Amino acid sequence: MNKQYNLNKNLAQMLKGGVIMDVTTPEEAKIAEEAGACAVMALERVPADIRKHGGVARASDPDMIKGIQAAVSIPVMAKVRIGHFVEAQILEALEVDYIDESEVLTPADPMLHINKRDFSVPFVCGAKNLGEALRRIAEGASMIRTKGEPGTGDVIEAVRHMRMMNSEIARIQSLRKEELFNAAKELQAPIQLVEYVHEHGALPVVNFAAGGVATPADAAMMMQLGCDGVFVGSGIFKSGDPRKRAAAIVKAVTHYKDAKMLAEISEKLGEPMVGINVYSIKNEELMANRGY
Amino acid sequence: MKKIGVLALQGAFREHVEKIEELGYQAIEVRKSEDLEDIDGIILPGGESTAMGRLLSDFRMKAPLIEKIKSGMPVWGTCAGMILLAKELEDDATVHLGVMDIVVKRNAYGRQIASFEVDEVIERISDEAIPLVFIRAPYIVALGQEVELIHSVDGNIVAARQENMLVTAFHPELTDNKKCHAYFLKIVEDFACTQKKKSV
Repeated sequence: MNKQYNLNKNLAQMLKGGVIMDVTTPEEAKIAEEAGACAVMALERVPADIRKHGGVARASDPDMIKGIQAAVSIPVMAKVRIGHFVEAQILEALEVDYIDESEVLTPADPMLHINKRDFSVPFVCGAKNLGEALRRIAEGASMIRTKGEPGTGDVIEAVRHMRMMNSEIARIQSLRKEELFNAAKELQAPIQLVEYVHEHGALPVVNFAAGGVATPADAAMMMQLGCDGVFVGSGIFKSGDPRKRAAAIVKAVTHYKDAKMLAEISEKLGEPMVGINVYSIKNEELMANRGY
Repeated sequence: MKKIGVLALQGAFREHVEKIEELGYQAIEVRKSEDLEDIDGIILPGGESTAMGRLLSDFRMKAPLIEKIKSGMPVWGTCAGMILLAKELEDDATVHLGVMDIVVKRNAYGRQIASFEVDEVIERISDEAIPLVFIRAPYIVALGQEVELIHSVDGNIVAARQENMLVTAFHPELTDNKKCHAYFLKIVEDFACTQKKKSV
């Protein structure tokens, strides 16, 4: 792959051990930066509100994204609909630092994701399992995140996706070389990427947790499961005390293995976001099922 | 065996740990001030300087780290690490550790789309060209009298040294080349040597 792709993977490496926070205004972006976020995701409505309001969710107003770019010095990410390559061209023109081709927005293509190799700007994509992750990487994604179930404050789906990823990676590692061709067929992923996983026991790009993280303990749990860092969407600005909660989740990601520290960090954070139990959501309304 | 600390609050610390271990040294991930006690040198990795700066304060590691550096412990800041060490940032009132007499411009090249890689010879470090990877990188806009310029790219200062403090705007930990790490470890060895002489 080309030099720019490597540089894009490198930026994701710099975000590791950090928290990427959803923000909807320059003021929220400042709060996130001051709390120690390693990047912000600029969007008009957090997933919890998108879920509540329904309708078609699209990429944000460029003016809103520019406002957030001007407010902070950390990397600014923004979302486009699955398959919507023109929304991505627009974000590239705005020079956002990372594009999230996201199932949180309403998909724009019934079959395809964006051919991300056409772009210089880096992309992060969601994945429920290894096959999905490798397909996104083949299309040019330089960072992966679990899908989880966005806007719920329920971490169970993020855990499911990370555990699935880990067990599938372990299975690929245990295979004999000649078995990899069949594994590639089953995963619907390119053989070269399956061979990479077999050799290294890891994805070739950074893998973050996302979708339902609401507490420092949720974030630390995802880190202990092997994630490189954490996205928090609605979990911060839908909680009682965003400033405090944001800083606490940042600390929890640094000290994810230190239970004593986590106990201290988790104290007196105020109300978490209310949340929706994933099992109470109708199957056709699950965001994690979007994408191919 | 010499122990090299790698600040592990946020960022690409694992890549530094791997390089240190490949060169036959022990790497210690530093997350608390206690972790600073038993190390012979420390690397401040790339990542987000605002995030690391905030965590250094919150975990009360700033003062002990400054003291260690002032007492001569070798330190190497890559990218965000360089920002942490700088005495002054351009267009930004923030000062993190403020121990090195340099003025640094953050995101000096612009956004991610301006990130780049070049191969250049840095005489002090290697006879051959080595890959220099710049990710949303800073550079140095002014050097104090005590600070030695090590390398510039296109007229911008990207590597410098002031006694026990080394800074690079680029990321040797992201490449397969170990020359920069070997150079820093030499600084650590030399420092340990002078300490030994002092104690004798």
